[in-house]
Amino acid sequence: MNINMTLIGQSIAFAIFVWFCIKYVWPPISQALHERQKKIAEGLDAASRATRDLELAQERADQTLRESKEQASEILEQANKRANQMIEEAREQARAESDRIVAGARAEVEQEVNRAKEELRTQVATLAVTGAERILESSIDEQAHRKMLDKLAAEL
Amino acid sequence: MAADNPTPTEYIQHHLQNLTLGHHPENGWSLAHSAEEAREMGFWAIHLDTMGWSIAMGTIFIWLFRKAGKAATTGVPGTLQNMVEMVFEFIENLTRSTFHGKNPIIPPLALTLFVWILLMNSLKVIPVDYFPELFARLGVEYMKIVPTTDPNATMGMAIGVFCLIIYYNLKVKGIGGFAKELSFTPFNTWLLVPFNLILELISLLVKPLSLGLRLFGNMFAGEVIFILIALLPVWAIWLLDVPWAIFHILVVTLQAFIFTVLSVVYLSAAHEHH
Repeated sequence: MNINMTLIGQSIAFAIFVWFCIKYVWPPISQALHERQKKIAEGLDAASRATRDLELAQERADQTLRESKEQASEILEQANKRANQMIEEAREQARAESDRIVAGARAEVEQEVNRAKEELRTQVATLAVTGAERILESSIDEQAHRKMLDKLAAEL
Repeated sequence: MAADNPTPTEYIQHHLQNLTLGHHPENGWSLAHSAEEAREMGFWAIHLDTMGWSIAMGTIFIWLFRKAGKAATTGVPGTLQNMVEMVFEFIENLTRSTFHGKNPIIPPLALTLFVWILLMNSLKVIPVDYFPELFARLGVEYMKIVPTTDPNATMGMAIGVFCLIIYYNLKVKGIGGFAKELSFTPFNTWLLVPFNLILELISLLVKPLSLGLRLFGNMFAGEVIFILIALLPVWAIWLLDVPWAIFHILVVTLQAFIFTVLSVVYLSAAHEHH
């Protein structure tokens, strides 16, 4: 247990080990640790960013869904309205058509009546003339009385 | 072994004797064969076991940490890397909280001191007879494997720290600043300069002394107890040896920690202006 050169030897060994540690041991470990710290921080950051993105996307999806629902109901309403309109139009058309047909028929009937009247008129004139002829026998000048009878028939 | 059937005194003395290589007045350059021969060699002798084991432990530290550092990735760390990183972060936090200032030398210095001393101290839990017996069979007379039970080793490291304290005092404050600090603290008057100087020089010189002797004292005392326990009958050895070894797990770590923390604190004080 004497104090001797070991003292100096140990000091030198100490200096060498410290120097070696400063030069070759400390830097790589320190660098790796700090890099990992940075990486973990980045990872956490990315995770929180992703969560935020997800929230945003969900919100957007909800909004889109809501919008599309609204749109769908709007379209449905429009379609209903259009259908009603079409039915109304068809009804209107049908009514017009029926009116037209009825009017046509009525006109035709009137025409027919008129024609019948005309015919009747001519027949009445002829009948009257024939009747008168029968009554008066040959005393009547057909030429002379014809005009008079026609005028009479027109007054009918 | 000094004798085939050593007395307890001989046994203890044998276990506390370092393997000394030096220049003996009569035998020239040789290994000391007894404590007296070692003493006669004077200062110019070297303890081969202390140097060998301390350098071996330092090399293990450097190799282990260098290996972990080279393999260190930013990904998931392995077991060795985890362990190394734990020690690394422990030291980094320690220096950050005790060292106020910026000096890239301090954290690696603290790491070296802590792990190196821890490894050297840990040699203590190896049963006291293993290595002396093994080396005796190989023809080596003395083998004291725990370097920190040799005051030369602990004081050597303390002197290393002391040199750094002086260096940083001079570097940060300059020669004038350092001299002023020694002369004018704690009492800031011209009258008390000699008194201050004595006080401050003593406190400065006591720093390495307390560092080295604290570590040496604790380790040496523990070692002596281990040797004494080894002298007991076999049934009593493990009964006492096991608790003492378990207790020493604490002492070993604590002393390494104290040496490191005090070194950092002293160096921190060297960087501060008063």
